[in-house]
Amino acid sequence: MLMPGLIIEREVLIEAPVDVVWRTITEPGQISQWFADRVELVVEPGAHGYMQFGDQGGPVVVETVDPPTRFSFRWNHPAGEEPAAGNSMLVEFTLTPEGDERTRLRVVESGHELRAWPDAEKQRYADEHQGGWAEFLDGLATLLAKRRPG
Amino acid sequence: MTAQTDDALWSAIADPSRRQVLDLLVTNGGVSASWLAGRVPFSRQAVAKHLVVLERTGLVSRRKQGREVLYQVEARRLDQAAQAMAELAARWDRRLDAVKRLAEAAHAESKKTQGEQQ
Repeated sequence: MLMPGLIIEREVLIEAPVDVVWRTITEPGQISQWFADRVELVVEPGAHGYMQFGDQGGPVVVETVDPPTRFSFRWNHPAGEEPAAGNSMLVEFTLTPEGDERTRLRVVESGHELRAWPDAEKQRYADEHQGGWAEFLDGLATLLAKRRPG
Repeated sequence: MTAQTDDALWSAIADPSRRQVLDLLVTNGGVSASWLAGRVPFSRQAVAKHLVVLERTGLVSRRKQGREVLYQVEARRLDQAAQAMAELAARWDRRLDAVKRLAEAAHAESKKTQGEQQ
């Protein structure tokens, strides 16, 4: 499912040091415990891998590996094509240490068009509109339900 | 929803101006393009273009009332979009929760091992 323009942004606070969280999200043996059922992946920039989810699976291409704070990959590109900006979704993990034993883990999944934007612009867009994407749609849907008679 | 309609849908909503139009339509029901143009900081032509894009995704529909064309939000389509979005967000929440559990367990384990070694 390719969704240009879509951004999903979620985060979690973890009571563990940043290197432990880094290993959890980048070691294939660990990835298979929280993400895909089967993972074939070398965590190196440009590496092609594969992830299986139930009876569905697809290729992934690693983009950024910057231990222990940044890891990103592309997926959901059309079969037979090289994933690149424009045909795939980018998943970016950002790890921020908060003291010695606590880490903020943030994930942003976005469609291609934002990728080409300067970081500052992307951040502004995210701040203004995307933190509340789900809320925006949900709010509209709720409002609409109230307005509908019956 | 097929992948293709999703494409069009998310691209349509990704634009802040179109979200503004959508917002006005939800709050005010059936209104004309001129009415909308009087309430947004962009031109009548821009409003017309945004309405075309929104109509194409099925989020907005039009009806004629007398000499006027009125636009309204298609509630079902909007519900679908909201649900699809919430599902994707929930999926990431579950994954992040799993990472949290794994990392915290690994950390607790290594602290224990260190403690035993000392």
